[in-house]
Amino acid sequence: MLKTFPLGGIHPPEFKLTSGSPIKQLPLPQTVAIMVSQHIGAPASLLVNKGDSVKTGQLIASINGFVSSNIHSSVSGNISKIDTIIDTTGYRQTAVFIDVAGDEWVDTIDRSSELVRDINLKPEEITEKCRESGIVGLGGATFPSHVKLTVPTGKKCNLLIINGVECEPYLTSDHRLMLEKGEEILVGISILMKALGVEQAMIGIENNKSDAIAHLTRLSSDYKGITVYPLAVKYPQGAEKQLIKALINREVPSGRLPLDVGAVVHNVGTAYAVYEAVQKNKPLFERVVTITGKSVTNPGNYLVRTGTAVRHLIEAAGGMPDDTGKIVNGGPMMGKALNNTEVPVVKGTSGIILFPSNESIRPELKPCIRCAKCISACALNLEPYLLANLSARGLFERAEIEKITDCMECGSCSYTCPANRPLLDYIRLGKSTVIKMARQRNIK
Amino acid sequence: MSNPLNISPSPHIHGKESTEKLMYGVVLALMPALFASIYFFGTGAIIVTATSVISCISFEYLIQRFILRKPLSINDGSAIVTGLLLALNLPSNIPVPVIIIGSLVAIGVAKMTFGGLGNNPFNPALAGRVFMLISFPVQMTSWPVPSGFKTGYIDAVTGATPLSIIKEGIKNGESLSQLMEKVPSTANMIFGNMGGSIGEVSALALIIGMIYMLYQKIITWHIPVSIIGSIAVFTALLWLINPESNADPMFHILAGGVLLGAIFMATDYVTSPMSPVAMLIYGCGIGILTVIIRVWGAYPEGVSFAILIMNAFVPLMNTYIKPKRFGEEVKNG
Repeated sequence: MLKTFPLGGIHPPEFKLTSGSPIKQLPLPQTVAIMVSQHIGAPASLLVNKGDSVKTGQLIASINGFVSSNIHSSVSGNISKIDTIIDTTGYRQTAVFIDVAGDEWVDTIDRSSELVRDINLKPEEITEKCRESGIVGLGGATFPSHVKLTVPTGKKCNLLIINGVECEPYLTSDHRLMLEKGEEILVGISILMKALGVEQAMIGIENNKSDAIAHLTRLSSDYKGITVYPLAVKYPQGAEKQLIKALINREVPSGRLPLDVGAVVHNVGTAYAVYEAVQKNKPLFERVVTITGKSVTNPGNYLVRTGTAVRHLIEAAGGMPDDTGKIVNGGPMMGKALNNTEVPVVKGTSGIILFPSNESIRPELKPCIRCAKCISACALNLEPYLLANLSARGLFERAEIEKITDCMECGSCSYTCPANRPLLDYIRLGKSTVIKMARQRNIK
Repeated sequence: MSNPLNISPSPHIHGKESTEKLMYGVVLALMPALFASIYFFGTGAIIVTATSVISCISFEYLIQRFILRKPLSINDGSAIVTGLLLALNLPSNIPVPVIIIGSLVAIGVAKMTFGGLGNNPFNPALAGRVFMLISFPVQMTSWPVPSGFKTGYIDAVTGATPLSIIKEGIKNGESLSQLMEKVPSTANMIFGNMGGSIGEVSALALIIGMIYMLYQKIITWHIPVSIIGSIAVFTALLWLINPESNADPMFHILAGGVLLGAIFMATDYVTSPMSPVAMLIYGCGIGILTVIIRVWGAYPEGVSFAILIMNAFVPLMNTYIKPKRFGEEVKNG
């Protein structure tokens, strides 16, 4: 029996169309728009002005507080303007617009592809390097990695968990990275282990990526303390708490962090970025993005510089299909729909999915028949129908008692609902209202 | 760009489940029981089922179209399920007008007055049936003897159900061992060769339906197993205490409406609890009430009443019985 998390979960069709497509470098665009906020936490403070010329890898906005991240230029060229642009959330945010000229990298970056295995930095230096290099969690949440590597006093970390689950349908960027950059990921994991002072690391990979499991298992025999664990395929296994439950059968208490059960979770993409930062001195300014969709001519996986408009990715994949009805940034379960194709790629962009118009419209809404399928789908054993009803009726105090803030918005309830109820829409509304209420209480 | 882009929050994909698929799944699961009823009761079963289904759909249509003036939802299959379930709970010689009145109560009173599908507190088919039982006690308790298409409809030869044989017999001071010789053999009870409501007689057909629904994940095991289990345990206790006045658990489960109720009536989504623990409590409540009504009550059969009584507790259970949340108890320190 393969390991998995026991409660809830769903099995959406996988549509991993691009799992066999090797990672290609996307040609540099003529202009990029680099967001100053590509992470959870405070936006970075700008260090450059209009007219400045920058090199690839140069720091252009600096970390602003503990939970924040450095932002580096992904191209060389001149800053044409500093303006706002609609980002993946649909809101306008500050970005640095750069006209690309050549591709001149900062000299300190080691651009060779040679594998560097020896880790020379001390644990604190590794954490500092991640902070300097603007490393954030690349699984989607973009939480600054140096924060996760700083274990607060009184807490103890004894296990590193590496998330290679990629449970979202369609996406294959982590899968390709594991196949093509296996050694680098394993060195990256060793670096993270050293920074955290742990002896053991577990890599969780879903069984639909058997080639990646075999590849990393074979390579990992050369690395001390790293073991690969195949997992049964089930969404949302890539969620931190579900992955921990699946691997070590421990439940992270409600409202607490993985560290409360002695574990820290990082994504395989993050491990690769850490390798590049620590061993190659390369800040985070490019990542692997899957561009896919059922009608897309050439779906594939591309190494993309941050700030590149989504339009360029779509062009590389053979252009926007005529039947496109929705563009999703991220996975189909948790990604965000985009309203234009000028939205720039950020550190957290794992994929762009083009949905045909017949799959873009929500099915007709019907009355709830109280079938309880949302409860059986919920990986946290919440009662989605109840949370949605309470939110819809404005009964936020009761929603709080019913643990609405535990919801991780995985979407399994809405996916499952036979009556097509927009359960998660209402739960989001309730969750954000409850969080606001709690914040106001704390101020008082 | 040829099409405007749709913007909606995640998730952007939806599963294949739909209300229609679930409802027609129940209809399909009822087919073995329906065929069994036609096999045993012939013309009567066909007339009763057709009348009930057609009148349930018609009343839903008429009420939505002319009284509520709401969008029609008769295609969702719920009215067909109600019609089928009501029919399967009736004797095969019940007059057509009585069925029509029962359908009106089921759809009009028990379902539409509360706001239609999803809002009714009581199982519509059972509410209709119990209304008929109280209003037309004679017609509702004359049970044709099963003899296929020779049974006839209004002119059918009637007899007693196994439960009423036991109930009457014990009242008249007969011993159970004498009575057990008068009731059908276990094999006949499993296949359905006995008096009773058209859909409740064949245990085998109902269990085939249950297996299908469990396999298709239309229902979970919690409610049927807790009802049948609690009836088995309760009647086993009574039987062990006094085997001369209490029938054995096997008899109690096969006779009457236990299987039809446990598999198809109590599992009705709208009127059963939401969380698995509450489902188990609900099922045990139905089981215990059924036995109490059968053994000490005025009626020989109590499944319908037991389910309706427990229906009334469902909102309370949904409010106070919560699933254990992930990470609720601080484990491992």
